[in-house]
Amino acid sequence: MSRLEVKKTYKLYINGAFPRSESGRIYEVTDAKGNFIANPALASRKDLRDAVVAARAAQIGWAKATAYNRGQILYRIAEMLEGRADQIANEISATSGVTPKKAHEQLISAIDRWVWYAGWSDKLAAAFGSTNPVAGPYYNFTIPEAQGVIAVAPKDEFLAFIDSIAPVITSGNSVIALVPGASAVPAMTFAEVLATSDLPHGVINILTGSHDELAPWAASHMDIDGMDISGIDKKKRAALKEAGAENLKRIHNFDDAQSPNRIYAFMEAKTVWHPIGV
Amino acid sequence: MSFYGIVDGSEGSLKNFLSQLPGVDQVGAEARAAMLATRSIKTTSKRWAIDTAISMVDLTTLEGADTTGKVRALCTKAVRPDPTDLTIPSVGAVCVYNDMVLIARTHLDSIGGKHVPVAAVSTAFPSGRASMEVKIQDTQDAIDAGAAEIDMVIDRGAFLSGKFGLVFDEIVKIREVCGDRAHLKVIFETGELVTYDNVRKASYLAMLAGADFIKTSTGKVAPAATPPVVLVMLEAVRDFYAMTNRRIGVKPAGGIRNTKDAIKQLVLVNETAGPEWLTPEFFRIGASALLNDLLMQRMKMDDGYYASPNYVTID
Amino acid sequence: MTFEYAPAPESRAIVSIKPKYGHFIDGKFVNGRNHFATINPATEEVLSQIALGSASDVDKAVIAAQKAYTKTWSKLSGKERGKYLYRIARILQERAREFAVLETLDNGKPIRETRDIDIPLVAAHFFYHAGWADKLDYAGMGKSPKPHGVAGQIIPWNFPLLMLAWKVAPALATGNTVVLKPAETTSLTALLFAEVCQQAELPDGVVNIVTGDGSTGSAIVNHAGIHKIAFTGSTEVGKKIARAIAGTNKKATLELGGKGANIVFDDAPIDETVEGIVNGIFFNQGHVCCAGSRLILQEGIADEITEKLKARMSKIRVGDPLDKNTDLGAINSREQLAKIHELSAAGDAEGAERWSPSCNLSDKGYWFAPTIFTGVTQAHRIAREEIFGPVLSILTFRTPQEAIEKANNTPFGLSAGVWSEKGSRILWATQQLRAGVIWANTFNKFDPTSPFGGYKESGWGREGGKHGLASYLKEGK
Repeated sequence: MSRLEVKKTYKLYINGAFPRSESGRIYEVTDAKGNFIANPALASRKDLRDAVVAARAAQIGWAKATAYNRGQILYRIAEMLEGRADQIANEISATSGVTPKKAHEQLISAIDRWVWYAGWSDKLAAAFGSTNPVAGPYYNFTIPEAQGVIAVAPKDEFLAFIDSIAPVITSGNSVIALVPGASAVPAMTFAEVLATSDLPHGVINILTGSHDELAPWAASHMDIDGMDISGIDKKKRAALKEAGAENLKRIHNFDDAQSPNRIYAFMEAKTVWHPIGV
Repeated sequence: MSFYGIVDGSEGSLKNFLSQLPGVDQVGAEARAAMLATRSIKTTSKRWAIDTAISMVDLTTLEGADTTGKVRALCTKAVRPDPTDLTIPSVGAVCVYNDMVLIARTHLDSIGGKHVPVAAVSTAFPSGRASMEVKIQDTQDAIDAGAAEIDMVIDRGAFLSGKFGLVFDEIVKIREVCGDRAHLKVIFETGELVTYDNVRKASYLAMLAGADFIKTSTGKVAPAATPPVVLVMLEAVRDFYAMTNRRIGVKPAGGIRNTKDAIKQLVLVNETAGPEWLTPEFFRIGASALLNDLLMQRMKMDDGYYASPNYVTID
Repeated sequence: MTFEYAPAPESRAIVSIKPKYGHFIDGKFVNGRNHFATINPATEEVLSQIALGSASDVDKAVIAAQKAYTKTWSKLSGKERGKYLYRIARILQERAREFAVLETLDNGKPIRETRDIDIPLVAAHFFYHAGWADKLDYAGMGKSPKPHGVAGQIIPWNFPLLMLAWKVAPALATGNTVVLKPAETTSLTALLFAEVCQQAELPDGVVNIVTGDGSTGSAIVNHAGIHKIAFTGSTEVGKKIARAIAGTNKKATLELGGKGANIVFDDAPIDETVEGIVNGIFFNQGHVCCAGSRLILQEGIADEITEKLKARMSKIRVGDPLDKNTDLGAINSREQLAKIHELSAAGDAEGAERWSPSCNLSDKGYWFAPTIFTGVTQAHRIAREEIFGPVLSILTFRTPQEAIEKANNTPFGLSAGVWSEKGSRILWATQQLRAGVIWANTFNKFDPTSPFGGYKESGWGREGGKHGLASYLKEGK
């Protein structure tokens, strides 16, 4: 007699916990042949609000951690992801329809991304900062700092999801990922990786569901500082930017999958002056 | 003992008090002084400033080569800076070495200059490197010879090694010697104290010990009376007045050679300590060459031509 | 006897102002159709008539800029572009006094500031950026980064020529061409700068200046031929621009409002701190987006600082901006004066205590005495809204954390100040403050090598330094 499989209930990932959507809604993910895979939670704008509160609270401490420490935590994510490689690769393949080989390559790239960004955390000040030779008796320097809370809306693909969150948190931002469609399945498995990693709760929050429903609320949310809309349809970007103008949100989309610009775009340059004297 | 109810004169109380004075930011102080140096003083205000500056000059000769003749000439000039224009005020004082005090006093009295005091540099001027007995004797000699103002030097070595009590005691003792007979000016030699923090500490140390005036320099060390140093000292006398209701004078000396420099000093006084200090009673400028430049500028204002040094007396 | 400073006015004979100006398009001055008066805010004297740029004027300017971009400017080597900028810098230095007097006449700011700060910084900005023109490979934007094309630039009235320099110098150094609109009340130095472009033989159309009001600015923002917007002004207009370009590929830098906190710890160098407070709020009549308009004092020294500040404020010389001894000049416009009055009245109404030294303010022109409000809390309008005038709100704090919380408790994030003699505390505070420019033991210092710009609703991007170049370049590969 064959054993009955224990299926997973998919939830959201907010503040290190796995709550159901307060709306109680779910949506169905199937494989290419229409076979049922999972019912991810369909996040609501209330879930978004909760995620912003969590992200805001977590961000200050995360940004205060030393760059070395952040780098180690990012590297630890890569280590943990390696251990779940087969499971996530299978989910990628099943949900997106790519071949197992392609899915595995995607997963390998995702791991390598974390390693790559882990190494960036303590190079940002050197790459994007400067000391400025002002014409006077002052020491003057510019350092890049994390902006705060960033919402990301990647396209429906696991690697795109990783590409959107890893650079954002490298500098000390916290992030709310709006993960659409079928990639919610591997994304939520990845959330389990995060839950057992050393990443402080609330630094990465994952809301699965619909961009159309959540992105406008994220764009107009006054306590979100920036947004990556790379996964949003080009025609829909203008409306988000208009909404984001209300708090002058930094809204970007990126052509490069992997680039230090994806980190720096969500940083602010701070310039400090101090007199030099005895 | 209590000095203004602020310190008891002990090393500990002095250290305590001086350490809680706010610091001076070098760049900020220099920027403020530089900004005040841009004040443009023209026409009637320039005329007033020149005459005021003349009345504040401590006309000085402090050379090994000083002679009776040189000092008498200086006194003559001090009483009537320009013999052809008697509307010009006498200077604030003549400032000479100890052994020239009697010569200066006698000559001043003989030419109608009783109102011009003689200031003597004392306490082993300019280095201050002598025993306390010698410093006291030096001061006593000057007062006995008719000096109404004593310009003493502090022991910079003691100050820089943190022996504030020693510096304080010396000033207190010289203050006692001066008694009611002479005003005491305390010279810091700010060029050797180097930092503005030290200038501020020395200012309070001297004021608490009984100085009537605080003075920047001996004229033997550069830099001397730079505008930011004077600014810091003017802030000290202003704040000391607020604390004690006693107005202490300030005397920049050294490096103030022309009218422009002198007017900058008056602007510093006006906008830092305030107009109450703009009198010879509370502000003096130690100088020698300055007086002739003030006279030449005054001539220019009177007749509209740039003046020639040939028209002012060289001593 | 008191030391009164006799009037020491700078001569205005050095400037010649035409009765009427047109726009500067394609290297030539062209007539405008409608005009409005520009006045000297210190006297309300009409200085000249300024052309009101229409959409069609803007269109002509953009076409000229496009043509100059494709035909000449983008074909020049960086080295040659740099030489034009050096030329401009040198001419500005030669004509510095003329620019200073003209700026003071048109803006109302003291000649001491235009002479010693504005104009020298203008020349410095051109000189600095001239050197970048052939070194853009080293700007951190990859190999051979490219300009955007035509930059539309809209600048404010508080530092008219300096803001022009902040915009034009990096745009030209990176190979962009420019359509610039000066502020409605302060067009004259921009128009004199147009003459400098001619004198420097800058190719026609590289710099175009269209004067006008908000409608002219809007025509620039919305023109399809503009690739990059650079705006300095209010947060309100900045948000409008952000909305207007949301559906386009236009890049934008926005330098907007602020409500800068100036935090004073009890171990501050007090006399220099008082100077810094004065410089922070009374420099340029407080018409400064990065002004230190919220003074946050540690309770133990609040009274001492306030008393010293009052004494110092009594020495501020308010009056004829052309007088070399004037510290505080005229408010730039009737509208701005009304806004300052309105917010100050709100301070009174909300129970804050107002103090000003006695000043003889002229009946003619727009004047406002240097003013402080004590007893202000975070909940007062005067602690939250940008006054853009010589009005300081004074708050207090008990612990360093409280100071930082108050400082950061604003949607703005442009500037902040911190005063303490303790090095570690200074560094701690500068790390905590959410602002793009932090002055520690100094205030309101500017330099072309030093990036300037805000966090949060104070804007997008930086101007100055290596960081400022980035917004005028597309990353090279």
